[in-house]
Amino acid sequence: MQMPELIIERLRAAVPDGVHTDAAARRPYDMDAYTLRRQLPWVVVLPASTAQVVAVLKICHEFNLKLVPRGAGTSLSGGALPLADGILLGLSRLNQILEVDYANRAVTCQCGVTNLAITQAVQAEGFYYAPDPSSQIACTIGGNIAENSGGVHCLKYGMTTHNLLGLTVVTIDGEVLQLGGKYLDAPGYDLLGVLTGSEGLLGIVTEATVRILRKPPTARAALLGFVSNEAAGDTVAAIIAAGIIPAGMEMMDQAAVHAVEQFVHAGYPLDVAALLIVEVDGVSAEVDELMEKIQSIAHHHGALHCRVSRDEAERTLFWAGRKAAFPAVGRISPDYLCMDGTIPRKQLSYVLTRMSELAVEYQLRVVNVFHAGDGNLHPLILFDASQDGELQRAEELGAAILKLCVEVGGVLTGEHGVGVEKRDLMPLQFSEIDLAHQQRLKCAFDPKGLMNPGKVFPTLHRCAELGQLHVHAGQLPFPHLPRF
Amino acid sequence: MSLFKVSGDKELAQLLAWAAGEQRTLEICSTGVSTYFGRPVNAQHQLDVSGLNGIVDYQPEELVLTVKAATALSEIEAALWQQQQSLAFEPPRFAQLLGLDTDANTIGGMVSCGLAGPRRFKVGSVRDFVLGMAAVSGRGEAFVCGGKVIKNVTGYDLPKLLTGSYGTLAVLHEVTLKTLPTPQTQCTVLIKNLEVAAAVALMNSVLRTDVDLSGASFLPANLDFPARPYSCPLVALRLEGFTASVSSRVDLLRTYLDLNTQIQLLDTAASAPLWAAIRDVQPFATTARQGVVWRVAVPAAAAAAFLGTLSSTLQFQYYLDWAGGLIWMQLASSEEPHAEALRRVLQSCGGYATLIRASRAVRAATAVFQPQSAPLAALTQRIKQQFDPRGILNPGRMYPGV
Repeated sequence: MQMPELIIERLRAAVPDGVHTDAAARRPYDMDAYTLRRQLPWVVVLPASTAQVVAVLKICHEFNLKLVPRGAGTSLSGGALPLADGILLGLSRLNQILEVDYANRAVTCQCGVTNLAITQAVQAEGFYYAPDPSSQIACTIGGNIAENSGGVHCLKYGMTTHNLLGLTVVTIDGEVLQLGGKYLDAPGYDLLGVLTGSEGLLGIVTEATVRILRKPPTARAALLGFVSNEAAGDTVAAIIAAGIIPAGMEMMDQAAVHAVEQFVHAGYPLDVAALLIVEVDGVSAEVDELMEKIQSIAHHHGALHCRVSRDEAERTLFWAGRKAAFPAVGRISPDYLCMDGTIPRKQLSYVLTRMSELAVEYQLRVVNVFHAGDGNLHPLILFDASQDGELQRAEELGAAILKLCVEVGGVLTGEHGVGVEKRDLMPLQFSEIDLAHQQRLKCAFDPKGLMNPGKVFPTLHRCAELGQLHVHAGQLPFPHLPRF
Repeated sequence: MSLFKVSGDKELAQLLAWAAGEQRTLEICSTGVSTYFGRPVNAQHQLDVSGLNGIVDYQPEELVLTVKAATALSEIEAALWQQQQSLAFEPPRFAQLLGLDTDANTIGGMVSCGLAGPRRFKVGSVRDFVLGMAAVSGRGEAFVCGGKVIKNVTGYDLPKLLTGSYGTLAVLHEVTLKTLPTPQTQCTVLIKNLEVAAAVALMNSVLRTDVDLSGASFLPANLDFPARPYSCPLVALRLEGFTASVSSRVDLLRTYLDLNTQIQLLDTAASAPLWAAIRDVQPFATTARQGVVWRVAVPAAAAAAFLGTLSSTLQFQYYLDWAGGLIWMQLASSEEPHAEALRRVLQSCGGYATLIRASRAVRAATAVFQPQSAPLAALTQRIKQQFDPRGILNPGRMYPGV
């Protein structure tokens, strides 16, 4: 029997009803939400338990088989893009909630449970799982852990890494590690911390224990319209300077507001250069006080419009526009690229101005939504793939925007991950030596480099090579900036 | 043993490159507090990094602070206080507990140990506030990791790996931290005369309401310390925030409590010193007897049961923080730490124990940090090997060979 057939046989023995070789069955897995690239995997394997994951990884280790893990495939950076000569390991069959512990305010579930399903499991008792990426109805907690996902409310409630208490991870040699649990701060090196955001390169998380929080009794949103980006940015800074960390603070530029208003009719004002949605939550005395302060600050900075939601229906409507920003943009353009970078907030005006200059240079439109509280930008580059060269120009503009983010002291990605999309831009932010230290962590987990190769890091070094002790002379880009 | 003192990051890199090349082991120190803490290090040289100090950049409206690693915690907190900000995770000071005169805790020490205070269960620990670092690895190579913004997923989260790594992987020279506004006001609600099981149940049930506590501690009766307001058993619940919010939540808390419950309110002036004492283990810092002190973490709701089982095997004093999730205990003996007995009982509920105060001899002979499973220990060794292949940095600080 040929090697490939032998391997398939071994995989079928490990996962009896979950190995798919024919093209039609593999096709749905050939890309994730990063729609610019697709690749049919060699074989799709869908384990149904941690034990099956262990068996599959041992086979990979034995035969030096590469693998690409996949949760729901909602990655915007190509994290789950398959390899022609690799296994696509789909984790969505591990979809059980294992334990809800209200006494310790923790939920333990398998990695394929969706983000929203965790909240749904506890909402009757008045709890929820706080990180809320926009894809939460579909994305899995395993995927959230791989990307360290955020969401609108992570400004106040943290990202996935701040809400994760423990996990079960399988390493490439088939070892199962239990990290953390319902007690705080697992001892030893913070492996929970480095696994979060490791984009499927270090291990397969099969189970997770997460914090659940009490759902705030009241939430109220303010819609604030400004005549300039500066005024909006100054208002954001002033809110924080007043000691207020809102539950969420989102900004949209005029183009985004117009696109959204046509689509959703949320009642957004069309005459503003920038729209802020600021939400506060907590007991009603707190919400009342904070909302008063926020309005006062907005007026002080010349807000043209200021509306505060009077009830839950209106609050939801204020958000409906922001949440529909991407599909709304999809209506006004055949295609778009959603970028993701973070900048120091005070650089916002400069960056928006510079982006509009770049847009003119590249002859494309850019529409901006922005997590104003934490500086995480989502420029949406509009293009038409059917027009010659537009896709390439759009990608180049995207890279130029991310380079700009790093130039002003920010980072390449705030929540979407590096994946394949930003892999080749990593040297903009990190020197060779910086990247080598990160890759050495990989060598401790996966020395053969079988887990998700080709993602995150532009150059694959062999671990033996990285292990040699000699001095590099790496070139650090933008050396004038004390950025790190 | 010779002492090397570096005044800047370039010198630091040169020194570590030399040490790696010559295979010379180094104990990293600055104020000397770390000698009394953790597994004792037997190194050929000491590396004094206290010269790497100073605030580099502070942008309160960005919630970002960059400092050199050996900057005093007190200096940082003073600078933050000026802007009505603070380090939300309340880093503890153990100098008094360890019997030292100095109160010099550094940012580098704080990050290397990764220990947080009473507010940790609500806001997170040190690792949740470290945004980026510049360090020199045991390879003698200078590198940066993380970033200077609060939302960043670019590459591996190495700052998490280095936080709490006790100087065994790299020597930090610059750290970027996330700051937060200091709450406008605080008060503490004291509930008297509950025994421990009722206390733990109460604290955890309040955490399931909208009261939104930022501190939950239980102080048994037999523990005297200066900041203690009453000598009877006390549950202390801290509420922080804007004045109207705190007031409204205190009212809400009252509705959850039995009408017969005896409660007392401490305003900000009285509340703050109590929590500083809880943070700094003052109850065991002022006792004449210097018994071994353990720091134990368990699932909060299991604390009372754990203590009940343990008390049939060991004699100890204790108090609770994090609604029971953190147990500070002082054993009767200063010579016998009873590590196996303690950890055997821990197995029933899950959690870990760290030996915090004991003589150098006792710390050398005991598993100071919770022993690891074989696969975890192997992975830890491999990570150590990658960052410090010659084993020059704080050898044995956490585990043998790490």
